[in-house]
Amino acid sequence: MNNQRRNVLKTGSGAALLSVLASAGIIAPGMALAEWNKAAFDAKSMADTLKALGAGAPADSKDVQVTGPDIAENGAVVPVGVTSTLPNVTMVAILIEKNPSALAASFNLPAGTEANVQTRVKMGQTSNVYALVKSDGKFFMANKEIKVTLGGCGG
Amino acid sequence: MRHKNKFVLLASLLAVAGGVGSNVALADQSTDAIAKYREMIADGNPSELFAAQGEDLWKTKRGPKNASLEKCDLGLGAGVVKGASAKLPRFFKDTGKVQDLEIRLMTCMETLQGIDPKTVVNEQFLKGEREKMAALVAYIVTESNGDKINIDMKPAEMKKMYELGKMAFFYRSGPMDFACSTCHGDTDKRIRLQDLPDLRSHKGAAAGWGSWPAYRVSNGQFWTMQHRLNDCYRQQRTAEPIYGSDVTIALSVYLAATAKGGTVLTPGLKR
Amino acid sequence: MGNPMKIRAASKDGVTEVKVLISHEMETGQRKDSAGAVVPAWWIKELTAKHNDKIVLTSEIGSSVSKNPYLAFKFKGGAKGDKIVVTWVDNKGDTRTDEAAIA
Repeated sequence: MNNQRRNVLKTGSGAALLSVLASAGIIAPGMALAEWNKAAFDAKSMADTLKALGAGAPADSKDVQVTGPDIAENGAVVPVGVTSTLPNVTMVAILIEKNPSALAASFNLPAGTEANVQTRVKMGQTSNVYALVKSDGKFFMANKEIKVTLGGCGG
Repeated sequence: MRHKNKFVLLASLLAVAGGVGSNVALADQSTDAIAKYREMIADGNPSELFAAQGEDLWKTKRGPKNASLEKCDLGLGAGVVKGASAKLPRFFKDTGKVQDLEIRLMTCMETLQGIDPKTVVNEQFLKGEREKMAALVAYIVTESNGDKINIDMKPAEMKKMYELGKMAFFYRSGPMDFACSTCHGDTDKRIRLQDLPDLRSHKGAAAGWGSWPAYRVSNGQFWTMQHRLNDCYRQQRTAEPIYGSDVTIALSVYLAATAKGGTVLTPGLKR
Repeated sequence: MGNPMKIRAASKDGVTEVKVLISHEMETGQRKDSAGAVVPAWWIKELTAKHNDKIVLTSEIGSSVSKNPYLAFKFKGGAKGDKIVVTWVDNKGDTRTDEAAIA
């Protein structure tokens, strides 16, 4: 833990904010943000991304859902989210298989925050969208195909 | 060999024909799915970000006269924003002109703040004074959301503008010989997966006029009605109108009059 | 820096739902402008949300999140009038904090 924390503090701007938050006592030592996971965001393939997230090969779970439309009218704004009924979910992430980098965002959920996070992402093309969930220290996954169309003129 | 080629050709023609049929079915399913997509993004319209800037700008003292726009009369009295855009364009006695929201704002900027209208007219969309204009518009049209489209067609000047707008709507021009009505003057037309509203009809005009100005998800920009109409002309491949010129006001009056009684859904959220 | 966020938070049956809209370009660094030059990457990397002084969400964000990002989440607790504070940091080191009261 100490090691990890030192890593957080010695890098970039996020760390500057973190140290401010930490020194203000806003972040309890055990609650420090993970360092922005460059390896995970740089990873191209699903497998490499999962590896970088320390998730290995997660089991599929019916208790994890990807929320999102079947078809997105525009790939620039695709509403996607993760929900799960699994216990003690501490992290959720959204991965877009066919994007240049699969990982879109990951969320750390302190106790009391529900496993229900929604956001909007860019998708270059029709792709499987994966929801990754960490529950009781183990990783689980679900996926949904979202088709991306290009509309006509105007609107 | 020749025989075989013919067979391949026939087979591929059949495949194409089959493909066309299933594409039509797919398109109908897609229309439903896209309606769901639109529903999902309706909550959290980024127009709110522009409206917040616009509200600040409305209250900010600026220009050579260092004044805010809080005394601007958008038709319902000095400073009244709520419900104002549902009743625009309208004939204003003080200027003797039919004005839409943007042109009326230019009048206020000139008279109250001393800002030369040319700084807006000669600017490009999304830049400088036009960017500020878009934020003001986002704020003001949000304050009419849910109202009925209700423009006052009694003044003779409005009737004149309506007739001019109708003429402009059907007027073909440019290298493609397009009019607004080429795409928006028929029922059940579609370009790829986009349903095209028939803007001659009350229903179509209410859907179109009632949901612009809007935030466009494709480029993350907020577009005013002047911007929207300008782009219609661009897509017609014809001369783009001068910002706030009579033809743009006339088209707005034609659309708003046809849409009268429909619901204001501004700011819209478009693909 | 940057324009204000829009934060809405509402408490119902012991659960607070927070919805955040952020004004940010979220450039991927893979797009070219009309002159053919690559538009440099510029995106929000981290976001923290607090209920009063307690962190309720932290996030690591990539450049594939849409322009003018939207985020919604729920946490247990929260009463009318409590503060929700959201802070983001982008890859240029720019940061912004806004707050709203739970309705």
